[in-house]
Amino acid sequence: MEGPDARLLWCGDTAFTITFGDSIDDALTSRVLALDGLLKEVALPGLVEVVPTYRSLTVHLDPIAVDPARLAADVLALAGWCTTASRPTRIWRIPVVYGGAFGVDLDAVAQRHGLTPEAVIACHASGDYRVAMLGFLPGYAYLSGLDPRLALPRRENPRSATPAGTISIGGAQALVASIAAPSGWHLLGRTPVRTFRPEGDPIFLFEPGDRVRFVPIDPDRWDDLDRAEEAGDCVAESISA
Amino acid sequence: MSGTGACALVVLRCHGLASLQDGGRRGYQRYGLSPSGAMDPLAMAMANTLVGNKADETVIEFGLGGGEFRVEDGDVRLAVAGAMGMVACDGSPVIGARSFVLAKGRCLTIAPPHRGVFGYLAVAGGIGGASVLGSRALHLRAGIGGIDGRPLRPGDRLDVPADPGGIDRAMPARPHDGHRAIRIMLGPQDDHVSPEGWAVFLGEGLTVSHQADRMGYRLDGPPIAHGGKGYNIVSDGTVAGSIQLPGNGHPIVLMADRQTTGGYPKIATVVSADLRRLAQRRPGDAVRFAIVDLAQATAAARARSREIAALPGSLRDVAVAEAECLGAANLAGDAVDALASTP
Repeated sequence: MEGPDARLLWCGDTAFTITFGDSIDDALTSRVLALDGLLKEVALPGLVEVVPTYRSLTVHLDPIAVDPARLAADVLALAGWCTTASRPTRIWRIPVVYGGAFGVDLDAVAQRHGLTPEAVIACHASGDYRVAMLGFLPGYAYLSGLDPRLALPRRENPRSATPAGTISIGGAQALVASIAAPSGWHLLGRTPVRTFRPEGDPIFLFEPGDRVRFVPIDPDRWDDLDRAEEAGDCVAESISA
Repeated sequence: MSGTGACALVVLRCHGLASLQDGGRRGYQRYGLSPSGAMDPLAMAMANTLVGNKADETVIEFGLGGGEFRVEDGDVRLAVAGAMGMVACDGSPVIGARSFVLAKGRCLTIAPPHRGVFGYLAVAGGIGGASVLGSRALHLRAGIGGIDGRPLRPGDRLDVPADPGGIDRAMPARPHDGHRAIRIMLGPQDDHVSPEGWAVFLGEGLTVSHQADRMGYRLDGPPIAHGGKGYNIVSDGTVAGSIQLPGNGHPIVLMADRQTTGGYPKIATVVSADLRRLAQRRPGDAVRFAIVDLAQATAAARARSREIAALPGSLRDVAVAEAECLGAANLAGDAVDALASTP
């Protein structure tokens, strides 16, 4: 089924994906977030939950409660309407300790780009990022807005373990990792901020569409900030955009 | 919803993956958290219905495993369903999907299944404890739900209510579905497979590999050739049943604890009614797929929903059921395995 430059792809009988394109493109992400916001407002019956990603949006549905084809037609019609995200966004300032044991790939990334480690930090920390997708693992924040000068293919040999809070880059994307997991990305640093707290409020720090800035901090501040986060405080600042 | 904690179900031993599960948690996939929940919701519903619970009350799920449990501080009503080996109360076998009372101080043993993968133990009145994000289901990767974010282990004491009374109930054994095809719908990225690749995928050569767990089942067989579009896409949403095709050409079917987004093409999707049938196939078991359309898949989902709604009506007095199936009963405990698969 085709809408005005939005395509409907079935994912079995319990979901479909509306896709606006096949690339990582800020304009596509804006349309995704606009449709996400609209679906939240209209609350269509039978719609269970919605998962926005870089260039598409997956709608999970209950095929007992609604005719899936009917719901899909309704969502596709709404997709034709939205062009830009109008909802307010937040800007998060995320403290990061770069390099050393906190970002073991910083020097190698600098070397591959012919930059100094300081220049890589400056470049990464000056970016204006957007949470394009929370996915893969709980709270994993995939960001758009990485300076193309830092883009680098993923590592050939993924690491079997990286810690929670890892700040990394892979391809044209930047990532804030919420929990410990294997990773094939390049580790630049680490934040003490807990972006996923199962018993917290909010449970997940980021919403899709939030803006993110990285603030370099000295390694000797890590322990204090980490303790504060451990105690339940949030050391990330947010400002309304 | 959960037990009053008058009694305790003590875990003496357990093997395989034994975890608390229920209908799973909804609403957090936009944050990267998949629903989890029982791998075979029908078998969970049967176990729960046998003890008078709602279909998705918290149960213990055994994945190719079993265990030994002791009841303390009172009598407790239990039921089993799904794939299990020999089930015994203090040595006397429990045959078929049924409820029974485990008296104070007595032990229940559950052996790993000979066929199928997932079995369920339900407790009348549920299992006490706090929900995390609206569910008790263990999500191993996220470290939430279950018992403090982990599976069951020896020494755990589960708070359970005393037997609310009533009679032992049974359910008729279900016909084994043999090796009937698992129904799929094409897409969302079916254009990433070559015609030769489809011939392999829809052929007879696929089996469940040993890399099969609550996150996903990798399938063994001849590699499936990608079309001209390659094997990378910009990550997008997955569902339970998404069939990913990574670069090596060996498909992975995503399951309850899956990643919520993925960057491999998803060439097809197992229909919701049949995902539990795939879940009950074990490493080495053959898998054959058949393509259906949305209308057929939706009809299957609705039939499954009606089947679960009709479970209370299929309950029978256990004495009657035992007399009927005595001749056919398999004393090795395989009778329950017939539940592992349904049409």
